[in-house]
Amino acid sequence: MSIKKHVKLGLSALALSVSFHAMAAEDPIKVGILHSLSGTMAISETALKDTMEMLIEQQNAKGGIDGRQLEAVVVDPASNWPLFAEKARELLEKEKVDVIFGNWTSVSRKSVLPVVEELNGLLFYPVQYEGEESSENVFYTGAAPNQQAIPAVDYLKNELGVERWVLAGTDYVYPRTTNKILETYLKDMGVAEGDIMINYTPFGYSDWQSIVSDIKKFGSAGKKTAVVSTINGDANVPFYRELGNQGIASSDIPVVAFSVGEQELAGIDTGPLVGHLAAWNYFMSVDSDANYDFIDAWIDYKGDEKAVTNDPMEAHYIGFNMYVEAVEKAGTTDVDAVKDAIIGVSVPNLTGGYATMMPNHHITKPVLIGEIQDNGQFSVVWETSSTVAGDAWSDFLPGSRDLISDWRAPLKCGNFNVKSGTCGASAGEQALADAE
Amino acid sequence: MGIFRWLTPLCLNALCLKALYLKPLGLVLLLVLSLPAHSQTEADPGQALLTNLADASSREIDAAIEAIVDSGDPRARDWLDAFGNNRLSRIKDTGQVVEVLRNVGRNWTIADPLTGENLGEMSRRELDRVNINNAIRGKLEGVLAMLDLYSDDPEVQEKAAEAMMGKVNASVVKPLTKLLERDLPGPVRNRIEESVAIYQLEQGDAEAQAQAITVLTGSLHSNARAALNNAAVGDDPALAARAQEALVSIEQKLKMNRAAETLYFGLSLGSVLVLAAIGLAITFGVMGVINMAHGELIMLGAYTTWGMQQLLPGQPGLALILSIPAGFLVAALAGIAIERSVIQHLKGRPLETLLATFGVSLILQQLVRTVISPLNRSVTTPEWMSGSLVINGALSLTLNRMYVIGFALVVFAGLMLIMRKTRLGLEVRAVTQNRAMARSMGIRATRVDILTFGLGSGVAGLAGVALSQITNVGPNLGQNYIIDSFMVVVFGGVGNLWGTLLAGLSLGTINQILEPWAGSVLAKIMVLVLIILFIQKRPKGLFPQKGRAAEG
Repeated sequence: MSIKKHVKLGLSALALSVSFHAMAAEDPIKVGILHSLSGTMAISETALKDTMEMLIEQQNAKGGIDGRQLEAVVVDPASNWPLFAEKARELLEKEKVDVIFGNWTSVSRKSVLPVVEELNGLLFYPVQYEGEESSENVFYTGAAPNQQAIPAVDYLKNELGVERWVLAGTDYVYPRTTNKILETYLKDMGVAEGDIMINYTPFGYSDWQSIVSDIKKFGSAGKKTAVVSTINGDANVPFYRELGNQGIASSDIPVVAFSVGEQELAGIDTGPLVGHLAAWNYFMSVDSDANYDFIDAWIDYKGDEKAVTNDPMEAHYIGFNMYVEAVEKAGTTDVDAVKDAIIGVSVPNLTGGYATMMPNHHITKPVLIGEIQDNGQFSVVWETSSTVAGDAWSDFLPGSRDLISDWRAPLKCGNFNVKSGTCGASAGEQALADAE
Repeated sequence: MGIFRWLTPLCLNALCLKALYLKPLGLVLLLVLSLPAHSQTEADPGQALLTNLADASSREIDAAIEAIVDSGDPRARDWLDAFGNNRLSRIKDTGQVVEVLRNVGRNWTIADPLTGENLGEMSRRELDRVNINNAIRGKLEGVLAMLDLYSDDPEVQEKAAEAMMGKVNASVVKPLTKLLERDLPGPVRNRIEESVAIYQLEQGDAEAQAQAITVLTGSLHSNARAALNNAAVGDDPALAARAQEALVSIEQKLKMNRAAETLYFGLSLGSVLVLAAIGLAITFGVMGVINMAHGELIMLGAYTTWGMQQLLPGQPGLALILSIPAGFLVAALAGIAIERSVIQHLKGRPLETLLATFGVSLILQQLVRTVISPLNRSVTTPEWMSGSLVINGALSLTLNRMYVIGFALVVFAGLMLIMRKTRLGLEVRAVTQNRAMARSMGIRATRVDILTFGLGSGVAGLAGVALSQITNVGPNLGQNYIIDSFMVVVFGGVGNLWGTLLAGLSLGTINQILEPWAGSVLAKIMVLVLIILFIQKRPKGLFPQKGRAAEG
């Protein structure tokens, strides 16, 4: 008995000294988390903060990165866009974090851009966005328009035979840019001006009756009609409710949404919505072991059997694993070394494939179309045969057609104009100029 | 390649379809038959049918559904229903097709679709869903509607006839025309005639087309209009001209309906505004307290509805009705607490009151975020409040909004009664007109303050209960309504309940008239500009307070 005890003691002492040694050798890697925990965006961003904390905890249980533990530094930018920039500065200057995972809205990202470029930080941005940007210091793990909007429109046109289009969105930069891209794309395909209806509504809009009635009217012209929705956030709930109440079934006028995920559906009775669509790169219902493991871990972490996962969470999962791999590859957390090492890094995604970081700081993703089911989940009805690489500069916007982005030497430029052979201002400078 | 080529001639007579529908009889039969069959399940032909359905590729799926319908099995309808609702899955190991009863969480409850026996729970990792998409679902709806047309329940029949619109093809025209020989309720007959006419217009010969246009001329259904629109741009000039004519006459009818619809939309938006503002009309209008936390009192009412539904699972209707008094109480108590702790100390200092109550509103919002959740809560709409009241093909009034309009009017009437006919109302008016005089007449002004503020807050809670049915229940609910509420009260004339009613309804209507051609963002701006201009002309709103009290 006593010998056993001695051995045990000895072992734990050994373990202690080893871990002490490791800790003494290097400080923990600091991971900044820049997500709103209060204000309007808390609804979406809180889950992302929790995801990051879970991933960090898991990585630490595996022994950290090269023996270095990770430490989360959480700040709350409170859904206040200028505060995002201040908090980013605080993370980089005061807390000296090695990397930041954060932001949801494009406007908050634009506010952070000049700071991360000035202080040479690393930012992983996990949400689908309008594209038209590529910063040396930002890694875009969410979908660019060609990884979500364009394939969704192709699906509607080819599989459902849609000829008339309603582009409905919330009135801000992401829907406006996406709809501009889609409008050009549709017109290039020969869709007439009169077969496209565009409608914008403010954030948090709840009185959908006359718009839904307009859509109904628009849909009775004899051609198959679909709604492409970039309606953001909780305005979706009354929108879908109104669709149900006015009796628009998914088999008459399907709605394909780019901002409605499992989280948003958790707030509504999905009975009347069965069959409406969403385009994402991940669904919680995806049948893969990696996904089930992730969901189980998430449910255990949250201690809530009903906790849901969604697309931006997967983006953080991919981004985090890419960062881990890049640090291991570079052998250091030095920002410039990691920036170079991460290009070309491939990690498993949750849908059973791999995601690769491209030279334009966007990643490869499969595109999935899912139909809403009555349990608030999506069932995948279509997916691209292979992954699609994110395109920073859309081919369907006049200004950006000629731009490419490649952060490898020797080009090292986020917006290289292939016609004029020049490199434009950096994304951060651009954001500052736009703000003025 | 029609949908109803599945319904082979054998099964295309009414008898066969009818047999499918006779579920009760079928069940008895099934019970009798399944007793010996149960011991050797493989003998059940249903198993092969379901496996066939689950295995089918997208090209074979038509045939698989056809086989199920053809089998004449009494359970066929349930199977197709389960399939259409994404509820059929296969067990990965055994390949057995099961019906998923509950698909939430890690373990799903499954049942045997053949016997209906509950098979307990199974990990979702072991299950593979039988895929269905919109295209298949659309066809399936057609098949189910065709089955339902033979139902004895007129309501089911009517729904089925509605679903047939635009889904008729060569294989069902005959049985449908045959069905018309039967004695059918009026609306069902009309719908079937119209749906056949739509088919004839698209596929029939010249004579049938001409006849079809006559049938469709009066129709307001959107599918009928779609078919006419297509005919109007068709190759045959004579037909196109007639279709155009029919469209013009329909368009005229539609105009009336659209005007009625806009009015209804306006009234419903207006009633929401009235509900949100009427509590404020008391606290701000009558008492003169600028309460920026008014929106959060609305939010509390909405959360009470959610809480009540959590307490009474499965009875959303009852929970909603009980929430009316509960929401009033919760918001009233919260209002009184705010009045006692903050507002009473800031009497006569409007700027400080404004700032302090704004702080209270932020505290309440964050409290809800921390204690309950930053996420929106899902409030279920009871069955009797969802859907819409169909007036005709072009005009249907959504039920939830109709209830809200009614509720707003009832609340308004109740408040008017309290203010005009009760002692409390009298005291409130006395205290607000001349506090010192009222006190010297023996009115306990402090008590009146508490009660009035409680009343106004409680009404805000009622608004929350109603709003939970049409908007999101979340921490930001109140913020979305506070500006509108002040707008309505100021526009209507501070201190005048009638003004609030009229202002709310007219602002709602103006907004809905502007919205279709200006867009929702611009419409809102235009309404604001309108109010600013109006207030310039008449600073005291629609119904200014008159008399000495107003000047004092």
